[in-house]
Amino acid sequence: MRKIKSSEITPEHLYLSRRRFLISAGALVASTMLFGACRPGSPETPDLQPPSPGTDELGDKITPYKDITHYNNFYEFSLQKEDVADLAKNFKTSPWTVTVGGLVRQPQTFDIDDLRRRFPAEERIYRLRCVEAWSMVIPWEGFPLAKLLEMVEPKAEAKYVRFESLYDPKQMPMRDIPFEWPYVEGLRLDEARHNLTLLATGIYGKSLLPQNGAPLRLVVPWKYGYKSIKSIVKIDLVAEMPLSFWVKQSAEEYGFYANINPEVPHPRWSQASERRIGEAKRRATLLFNSYDKEVTNLYQGMDLSNFF
Amino acid sequence: MSRLSTFWWQLVAHIGALTPLALIIWNFTQDQLTANPIRAIQLRTGRSALVLLMLSLACTPLSKVPRLRWVLKLRRLLGLYAFTYASLHLLNFIGIDYGFNLALLRKDLAEKYFIFLGLTAFICLLLLAITSTKGWQQRLGKNWQRLHWLVYLAALLVITHFFLSVKADRRAPLLYGAIVLLLLLVRLPGFLKTISRRRHQFKK
Repeated sequence: MRKIKSSEITPEHLYLSRRRFLISAGALVASTMLFGACRPGSPETPDLQPPSPGTDELGDKITPYKDITHYNNFYEFSLQKEDVADLAKNFKTSPWTVTVGGLVRQPQTFDIDDLRRRFPAEERIYRLRCVEAWSMVIPWEGFPLAKLLEMVEPKAEAKYVRFESLYDPKQMPMRDIPFEWPYVEGLRLDEARHNLTLLATGIYGKSLLPQNGAPLRLVVPWKYGYKSIKSIVKIDLVAEMPLSFWVKQSAEEYGFYANINPEVPHPRWSQASERRIGEAKRRATLLFNSYDKEVTNLYQGMDLSNFF
Repeated sequence: MSRLSTFWWQLVAHIGALTPLALIIWNFTQDQLTANPIRAIQLRTGRSALVLLMLSLACTPLSKVPRLRWVLKLRRLLGLYAFTYASLHLLNFIGIDYGFNLALLRKDLAEKYFIFLGLTAFICLLLLAITSTKGWQQRLGKNWQRLHWLVYLAALLVITHFFLSVKADRRAPLLYGAIVLLLLLVRLPGFLKTISRRRHQFKK
């Protein structure tokens, strides 16, 4: 057996660093191949693994991250859902503050980082159903809106909550259509305080991307997606029902309540059925997006086809 | 215009008319039809059908220009391609989007005007496509022309169908609508004559 000279032995720290080099080189090659397979325009969003168990409580699969981040209604950027991700990629979400006021005892302006520290994120896997008859299953992170409302102490006269999105024409290129910005939405106070109503800060364990409403958005899973206002800068407690963006556009088509309801038809889209993104076959749309057990009591005695 | 260039123009028309379909298929294989490909196919086949129908409508007035008589030879071809895309549009809607769910289709047909208008336009185009052959032209005689005036009804129905199907940005249907109206106006008897008479007067 040949004796190995001690000078031929690679010192431990060197061979370890060589190994590290090989691993990182391999990773680089693999990631190049992966990203190379993505279509141009979206190299920065590889598909992430959905959080376990990979389904919502009904057993419906979580929608792929790439679809959630590349099929977005965000009209301040574009009317084309597939173009929003690219047009919003430089949107500035830091620094960011949210002003909470109106009929409250403790009006305050919160920094988004403070909010995130104060209210640790919880995961909520919700179905999102757009009024355009498509739907997704999204693993959100965020905190209940109720917690924020508690801090500002709403007065007894407060009956509704009014939300406003940022509108910054310098960052938001959609100037062609004469919409009345900013985007405004509203909830009844009891809806806003409901445990399902979420202020979301993340998806798939990552911070929200601009196209999904970064840095802070509302999620109300039993209502059509347009209620879930994005990139919120202002929250006011008010006495009168706020005039929301789509109701202002067309009050016959869109209502303030916007509860998901297969019995209330829309002139353009089937509200009795929907396409889950990633599936070919339509599914039946269910009352309150199958959150009926949780929310039916909010609407006792109300004619839902009248208050749509 | 010689027979040869008519051939080339027909070839260009075939290639141009098949390009949107080729692009849809290519983009489908490349996963470039958004997260909701069925919807993307619906929009793109509809748009192609409308553009081809408008091009087909433009043939008659264009052929009145002395050196453009040969354009008339593209009219039938463009019209049949418009019908082809309209068929794909309808098949995608009924078969792929709604999965032949007749109960759901009946409900939406009754509820939504734009679907009803689209279907009516398709029936018009179907009649025109069936009777587009030389044989039918001879068999119907003078009535063939009368029947084929249906194309104007179809165009107006399609524009209204498009307008009602749009959520917020109505610029495209309005633009297409303006072009269709212009093409109809040009066809009014006497319109071209008046224009050429005016031109003569200016020359004097």
